[in-house]
Amino acid sequence: MESMQQVVGRARAAFNSGRSRPLEFRIQQLKALERMVNEKEKEILAALKADLHKDGPNAYSHEIMGLLGELALAMEKLQSWAAPQHVKKNLLTMRDEAYIRYEPLGVVLIIGAWNYPFILVMQPLVGAIAAGNAVVVKPSEVSENTARLVAELLPQYLDKELYPVVTGGVPETTELLTQRFDHILYTGNTAVGKIVMAAAAKHLTPVTLELGGKSPCYIDKDCDLAVACRRITWGKYMNCGQTCIAPDYILCDPSIQSKVVENIKATLQEFYGEDVKSSPDYERIVNKRHFKRVKSLLEGQKIALGGETDEASCFIAPTILTDVSPESKVMEEEIFGPVLPIVTVKSVEEAIEFINHREKPLALYVFSNNKQLIKRVISETSSGGVTGNDVIMHFFLSTLPFGGVGHSGMGAYHGRHSFETFSHRRACLIKDLKMESTNKMRYPPGSQKKV
Amino acid sequence: NPYAGLVSHLRASWLSGKTRPMEYRMAQLEALGRFLDDKKQEILEATELDMGKPSFEAYFSEILLCKNELNVTLNNLCHWMKDEHVDKNLVMQLDSAFIRKDPYGVVLIIAPWNYPIHLFLVPLIGAIAAGNCVIIKPSEISKNTERLVAETLGCYLDSDCFAVVTGGVQETTRLLENKFDYIFFTGSPPVGRIVMTAAAKHLTPVTLELGGKNPCYVSDACDVTNVARRVAWGRFFNAGQTCIAPDYLLCTLEMQEKLMPALREAITEFFGHNPKESPDFGRIVSDKHFQRIRALLGSGRVAIGGQTDEAERYIAPTVLADVQPSDPIMQEEIFGPVLPIVVVANMDEAIDFINARPRPLALYAFSCDSKVVNQVLERTSSGGFCGNDTLMHVTLTSLPFGGIGNSGLGKYHGKFTFDTFTHQRGCLHRSMGLEALNAPRYPPYTQQKLGLLTAAFEVKRRGTCTLL
Repeated sequence: MESMQQVVGRARAAFNSGRSRPLEFRIQQLKALERMVNEKEKEILAALKADLHKDGPNAYSHEIMGLLGELALAMEKLQSWAAPQHVKKNLLTMRDEAYIRYEPLGVVLIIGAWNYPFILVMQPLVGAIAAGNAVVVKPSEVSENTARLVAELLPQYLDKELYPVVTGGVPETTELLTQRFDHILYTGNTAVGKIVMAAAAKHLTPVTLELGGKSPCYIDKDCDLAVACRRITWGKYMNCGQTCIAPDYILCDPSIQSKVVENIKATLQEFYGEDVKSSPDYERIVNKRHFKRVKSLLEGQKIALGGETDEASCFIAPTILTDVSPESKVMEEEIFGPVLPIVTVKSVEEAIEFINHREKPLALYVFSNNKQLIKRVISETSSGGVTGNDVIMHFFLSTLPFGGVGHSGMGAYHGRHSFETFSHRRACLIKDLKMESTNKMRYPPGSQKKV
Repeated sequence: NPYAGLVSHLRASWLSGKTRPMEYRMAQLEALGRFLDDKKQEILEATELDMGKPSFEAYFSEILLCKNELNVTLNNLCHWMKDEHVDKNLVMQLDSAFIRKDPYGVVLIIAPWNYPIHLFLVPLIGAIAAGNCVIIKPSEISKNTERLVAETLGCYLDSDCFAVVTGGVQETTRLLENKFDYIFFTGSPPVGRIVMTAAAKHLTPVTLELGGKNPCYVSDACDVTNVARRVAWGRFFNAGQTCIAPDYLLCTLEMQEKLMPALREAITEFFGHNPKESPDFGRIVSDKHFQRIRALLGSGRVAIGGQTDEAERYIAPTVLADVQPSDPIMQEEIFGPVLPIVVVANMDEAIDFINARPRPLALYAFSCDSKVVNQVLERTSSGGFCGNDTLMHVTLTSLPFGGIGNSGLGKYHGKFTFDTFTHQRGCLHRSMGLEALNAPRYPPYTQQKLGLLTAAFEVKRRGTCTLL
């Protein structure tokens, strides 16, 4: 077994050879990646099914469709993204060339998460390759089938030295993090995010941390509850609640709480039928440890809907908790499961204050017919991103930067933002060696006139 | 923690929303302008006391460049603050999609001593413009400027939202224990590591403007007189205490011979026959740094200058010839008025030399042949690059200023400062209607629905990509 130092060293040597820099090479690698995704679709979907109990069309729409979109976008736009950007000049530099050059950073590390195990390594990889870097890919060991598949497939399609895959758990990742990288993109939880940043600090490595938190969802009294609840149900229970931008909890007026429950209940029937457990479209908790964690959040709570669990299959039914106390355990940590607490608030002011007293979330949702109210909630809070009158969807628009703030993360990617995250913007000023007369003003001896 | 109360106070002001309206930010920025105008004389005096900074230089770097940044910001703030609407895909045509420019909250700016006003004020301009509350920590080494800032800045800015903290290593360490929403640090790489490690505990994003050894390659094909002047200017400005100064020169033996008299002439032109008497040449900031730089004079051989005066902390504009890569002066950032010349056989050797070392903040290449300048640019990596001159790339506010690798992370100047202190928040505001369009995304999942989704979300390739 090779050491991390050898793998990273080889990637660095490969990067230093310069072969990842020409645009033709990058496009060729992206094309190969696209071929891989299309040719190995079956295998990818099978791995996702084994890891997360995710069925074909579902897995395709969450993990393959978006990726193909990013690949197509990157290949189409690469030339314009990578082109030097000429900038506005001042009087002194009028006759000079002044521009920003986009350059690769070098060797970057991408650490993926287990909940969308394929796209969360692949989407950053697209940006990193497009920017001309060598990339070390470390998929999550928790989604072990996908990790194994990624480790098998990437070397079959991509340059083996430039884009190695490293597998393993905490010890391997810890060792990997002792190596020097030129950028690290980590997707995962806040606690490990701190560890990654501290390790990066030793090498002064810039980081993009895609973390999480509790994404609040405020439902205003003035809104189409049926529509709002259908959208919320979709975003909350997809992937069995294991989505970093799932609406974590609901804030609403006590008078609409029971209607919210009713509407979600009706939608759940529509989505998964009478017996959720036998629906091919409802996933499972990824492992026993998380199953136990999520189940324990139900203790002492008022279960308005669901609550059934089955440890053998890591099944937790879509669950709603009502009249939840802000101090309870379910309101302390990111749920990352199909449990939706409702905390009642008397006004939008109270909701805003509630949100602002907690760590900044990755996503924030607000439902209302009143456009002004939505604008107000956005203006008076902070979050990674926002979707108004829906959930999740801001993730799917690649022209929007996707990332967190505060405890939910730092940096952003998607679309062109990925390319920029993995690039160094080098300022360049090229002057003429002649035309010395204009410089005379700045040389000593100084005088008032020169000033 | 001695600063917990202050940070708390600023955070409360932040939460009150006071710093958000554009009018408030403009008023604070305009007050900063008045600070620069009113205190111009005091700034020139304080920086002269701190490091013998010539008033011409102090005016240029501490006042003029700062005012430029201020004006660029005042002129454009309204535009920069606006929501940036983005292109939408098919599914979102009727939605509103934009990037909201949110302030981070309470930010910390730690400044060094060499350009003691500029290096806190320019970041401060962006931090205020972006709507944050700010704690400013000027350097204790430039103590006269530190006192000036601590005593007078508060008269211009809103003390609920902006504060100056003074002190040394101990105080800064305790300050860094607090949670900030952004930290902007200018200083050395070792301290940069400490700052980032402290920031990691709170997941605070950082910009680190660090340093290193900025190489300056001079090709055989060049106008020696002009090269000498431009290099001498960049090297000896502020007595060499500039993070982007050309740290060392790389050239052939032949060129070293040609450059020497030209450098001598430029130095005399600038500072006279006895630079010690010139009002335009600075001094070293402290005894510690004076002794450090003096010790480096043993490398190679002194071709120009070399005189020192400990009482005045004066080190003459010095050029060292025939310096070896293993010499002490080539092991650390010089940060003094000493220019070592390392002889290389040709451009390729120069490039290899540069690439074998940590990536610098700035890189310079001089040649009459633009192909040579481009080769050096394309085959190396650095924060910024200037062809055929030194320092000037940082005076253009439309160019980002920052390092890479050991020389730093992040960038600022002009709009880049505003962007540094802004959280770019992706926002999608959808309509409650048209729910039928959402149907394909809901379970039960079917191939047919997938087909519809793919059609709606797809980014189609527009034919093949033709590359030049």
